[in-house]
Amino acid sequence: MAGRLGILAAALAAFAALALLGRVLPNWFVLVATLAFAKGLVALGLVVLMRGGLVSFGQGIFFCAGAYAAGLAMRSLGVDDAVLLLILGGVAALILGLIIAPLLAGYRGIFFATLTLALSMIAYGILDKTYSLGGSDGINLHEPSFLGYHPPTPQAVSYALYALTSLVTVIAAALCRIHFDSLRGLLSLAARDNEIRVEYLGASVRRVSGVNFAIAALLGGVGGALSALSLGHIDPDFTFWTTSGEFVFLAILSGYASVTAVFVSSVIVELVRSFSSQYFPNTWQGALGIFLLLVILFLPQGLGSLVQRRRRSQGESEGELKPAPAPVPAETSQ
Amino acid sequence: MTALLETSGLQKSFGAVVAANDISVAARRGERLGLIGNNGAGKTTFVNLVTGYLKPDAGRVVLDGLDIAGLAPRRVRRHGVSRSFQIPQLFASLTPEENLLIALGIASDDGLSSWQPARSAAMTAGLEDLLARFRLREYRDHSIAALPGGVRKLVDVAMAVTHRPKLLLLDEPTSGVAAEEKFALMDVIMRALEGSDATVLFVEHDMEIVGRYAGRVLAFYEGRIIADGTPDAVLGNADVQRYVTGMTP
Repeated sequence: MAGRLGILAAALAAFAALALLGRVLPNWFVLVATLAFAKGLVALGLVVLMRGGLVSFGQGIFFCAGAYAAGLAMRSLGVDDAVLLLILGGVAALILGLIIAPLLAGYRGIFFATLTLALSMIAYGILDKTYSLGGSDGINLHEPSFLGYHPPTPQAVSYALYALTSLVTVIAAALCRIHFDSLRGLLSLAARDNEIRVEYLGASVRRVSGVNFAIAALLGGVGGALSALSLGHIDPDFTFWTTSGEFVFLAILSGYASVTAVFVSSVIVELVRSFSSQYFPNTWQGALGIFLLLVILFLPQGLGSLVQRRRRSQGESEGELKPAPAPVPAETSQ
Repeated sequence: MTALLETSGLQKSFGAVVAANDISVAARRGERLGLIGNNGAGKTTFVNLVTGYLKPDAGRVVLDGLDIAGLAPRRVRRHGVSRSFQIPQLFASLTPEENLLIALGIASDDGLSSWQPARSAAMTAGLEDLLARFRLREYRDHSIAALPGGVRKLVDVAMAVTHRPKLLLLDEPTSGVAAEEKFALMDVIMRALEGSDATVLFVEHDMEIVGRYAGRVLAFYEGRIIADGTPDAVLGNADVQRYVTGMTP
């Protein structure tokens, strides 16, 4: 219990720090961080999937579902509360995930990845031609309220949205950390390593993948709703393959050792994108590509592996390094 | 005493190859059976049929009065059947301790919650017991890839016994282990199973191991059982000597 409470306490402390930071940082950074955290949530869902051995190339479909659910609720139902909108976004994506999951349940590896990509591109095609949903122009969103609070200035709206996104981010990160450290979290790694053995031990790999898929869909939807509110605009590009590719990029960059690394990676990428698109708009994708190449070459387990390395080196320095294994169990018979 | 496991008329073919040909066996609770035979004789096919990896073309696999033939391995396991593998099937990116925790978690009713930490008090107690029984304490934090072959075998078997199976099938538990280490390995396994009334079937090529640890031996040849009896009787059988052990009668 202490471990879990410790994680939750750390999450609350992180939220307090982020909230304070938002007060002192310039507004442009607050905007960038909000978008980075929102996209980081989607990437975190992808990390949950990747721990179980699955990579989705179409996570944009849930990002888009969450965004459109929030946008349509605002436009058609008059809902303008950000908390309600992000809940609606998450639930819509979760429902979509539960509908899609049985179609994908029997697939692994490249087949799973390609099917998710195909579904996201079907969604793109439908949205692009559905004029009642804005077609290729998409939908504009107005500024939301926050549990009855209507921020008086655009800067106050930005900050309120940043604070809400930060809160959701730290809660999601803490819950994912607790999940990763649980036996069910370990079981995901086991399913990735050896599906047959998992089945022989009595667990269902399909169920493990299904739970991970649902978590990823939920996080994708929440991230989509928050991104939509942050950008004030939604269009079918939310489910275009390049958007999904960006989440895969983030997940690879961060690795799956640390949940914090997911959001750090997301902030780094958003900053690189912001500066690069301003100073060398035609080549910034190249800069991101080189950055990813370096990470794969020198940190193949992602940025999060730096945390693992540090923990390991601390363990070694504290004398925790185990002796080389003896060749046989210490037991004799003859 | 009634049989725990009864197979009758088990049949399995892969194209023209008959891997199991009318296999009918009854094993009592607590029995230790050695399965011998050349490569391709049908021993592992028999293990795969009983544990649900293969669906028989015909025949029944009855465990405690319940026909489990054709059930998926996961469901067969729930009925109390477990197995280890000729090539240990472990979770290679995890430590032996984590491998065992996963097996313990699946075996327990409430171990797979996302909220319960992997190293909860209940799991730790079971883990320490397993590590002690299988002499794995010193290897608990090593990477699977760094473990000697015999230790990997022990982890594999330890994972198979976490839910206290009624029937345990060990597929070549000493294969790939140095000759001088085989008895030590089997001693650890058999001592770890002491106090359990599980029926143990083990596939083995080393006749000394069979003679020492099996109370009864089944000899396979071309998908059939050609001899069934005590080790002395089976190893002295002329057909077994001709087709299995290669010794001249």
